[in-house]
Amino acid sequence: MKITRKVFLQLSGLGLLAVVGKKAVRAITEAAAPSAKTKTTKRWGMVIDLGKCRQEAGCVDCIKACNTAHNIPQFADRAHEVKWIWNQPFETVFPLVQTDYVKQGYAGHPIPLLCNHCANPPCVRVCPTQATWKREEDGIVMMDWHRCIGCRYCMAACPYGSRSFNWQDPRPAIASLNPDFPTRTKGVVEKCNFCEERLARGQSPACVGACPEKTLVFGDLNDPDSEPRQLLRARFALQREPELGTSPSVYYLV
Amino acid sequence: MFMFEKAIVGGRRYWAWILCLGGIILAGFLCYLWQLTHGLVITGLSRDVTWGLYIAQFTFFVGVAASAVMVVLPYYLHDYKQFGRITILGEFLAVGAVTMCMLFIFVDMGQPSRVLNVMRYPTPWSLMFWDMISLGGYLVLNAIISLVMLSSERQGVSPPHWIKPIIILSIPWAVSIHTVTAFLYCGLPGRAFWMTAVLAPRFLASAFAAGPALLILLCLVLRKVAGFDAGREAVDQLGIIVTYAMVVDVFLVAMEFFTAFYSRIPEHLEHFRYVFIGLDGNYHLAPWMWLSALLSLSALVLLLVPKWRHNPHLLPVACVFVFISLWLDKGLGLIVGGFTPSPLGAITTYTPTLPEATIVLGVWAIGALMITVLYKIALSVREAH
Repeated sequence: MKITRKVFLQLSGLGLLAVVGKKAVRAITEAAAPSAKTKTTKRWGMVIDLGKCRQEAGCVDCIKACNTAHNIPQFADRAHEVKWIWNQPFETVFPLVQTDYVKQGYAGHPIPLLCNHCANPPCVRVCPTQATWKREEDGIVMMDWHRCIGCRYCMAACPYGSRSFNWQDPRPAIASLNPDFPTRTKGVVEKCNFCEERLARGQSPACVGACPEKTLVFGDLNDPDSEPRQLLRARFALQREPELGTSPSVYYLV
Repeated sequence: MFMFEKAIVGGRRYWAWILCLGGIILAGFLCYLWQLTHGLVITGLSRDVTWGLYIAQFTFFVGVAASAVMVVLPYYLHDYKQFGRITILGEFLAVGAVTMCMLFIFVDMGQPSRVLNVMRYPTPWSLMFWDMISLGGYLVLNAIISLVMLSSERQGVSPPHWIKPIIILSIPWAVSIHTVTAFLYCGLPGRAFWMTAVLAPRFLASAFAAGPALLILLCLVLRKVAGFDAGREAVDQLGIIVTYAMVVDVFLVAMEFFTAFYSRIPEHLEHFRYVFIGLDGNYHLAPWMWLSALLSLSALVLLLVPKWRHNPHLLPVACVFVFISLWLDKGLGLIVGGFTPSPLGAITTYTPTLPEATIVLGVWAIGALMITVLYKIALSVREAH
């Protein structure tokens, strides 16, 4: 049979439709049926004991350790900066914990901030390519820098400002290159990964190990006997904007 | 192909216009190459204001695209014959506007070469995925409808029966594109400015005002440059549509104001204060938004008084006011206002850079070129009869 141009176009159109249809059906069925293996074995979390933190005295050891470990570029321009862990004044981090007349012990204090690795992360919900996802075995919100299309929807969705975008090539702005960790390219989003590369080697996160005061306590929130859980049982802790229903895995002891 | 031969016959003025658009497109393209090389650092965007002019233009032109339904619905569903001459203009406007929307999304991507990942890893829980489906579908629907209707008109036969269900489908589809676009914003925790159930209705109302206003202006331009007469009654009817939609839009904006300013919940109030009054000494957006408010209220006055609305000199003025006012509101204030102040309370001033603005102009010029060529084809087919 002779294939005319019309028949060829019709056939290729049908073929394309079939491929798209199959993909769509698979995606929708996957979304509709939550997989049975959602039983998280672990949920990594962090408790930050603000009473111990020496950032007000100028200590930035945790930030430095993270920057070196993860090849984080340093840009002077605030608009284009990339940061995984950084600090900001207490009242901007916990705007709703302010009272009018009592000067709070923490007013003006720098508070360490990082990705909250939410149990219910809005950034994961909005990503159109699943370049950011929640790892089921330990609850870490992961990021695939090779799949990210740079639409920055996750940055609009994150209520904590935890995500940074590479507005330009980050490589020239890396102070000392760590050959054990990948650098990123311009045009992708990045954020704290709870040092999953170190966890895989049985080490604790870089910031945790770097703190001279043991301010940052890392562990499994699903294990009732873990160090963070013991602290959370004993003391009053804050989460950032828990009212948004994101359920952050980072807690602050006040 | 697709009667394209009609588009390459034209007078001196036609070619001068095409050449002018071509120049702007080239300038935009060169700036885009610049952005491709250096990254989005060449724009005015920042860590806090991550979306700006590109995404705002996308949002605005989704509305223009959706507004084709305001001529399609009366004509095909209610058999309102007066719109017979301009329906094709509405559909072609939609085709051009949707193409612009897709381009605006594309130029906003940090990694444009990976944009097909959206299709390779379809993610039904992401609104961006649905936006792609609805925009792509709407483009295909309008392209099919307008081309089929036009070629039957050229051959002097009645359109095939199978086109009717497609036309009917395009009506709710038009509503869907702007609803999904509003859902992109209004489902984000921590962005109080967008966290409002009237966002989608407001998008639709402003779309149904801005789109038909643009269509009226295009009809008037076509009368001047191509001797095309849309018909007085059709233009009057479009004027009424703009009036109603504008009233609804201003009403919905007033609702937003009341809830924010009366409840005085800081996280809602702060965005409105930033956008319309200024916050902590930062009021660079406020003059534009006041201009927008002033223009929309003046347009409303011109439109609501029948004598003025029917005045052939005042109606275009009102339409220009409507268009600019809604462009400022949606194409500027809505997106930037949602990002400022940031969730951490930071106020970061966003000012588009020259290359960024040139890229936007380039995309506009591509849209204008498409609409010019499509209108030229449509009118040439008409003239031949």
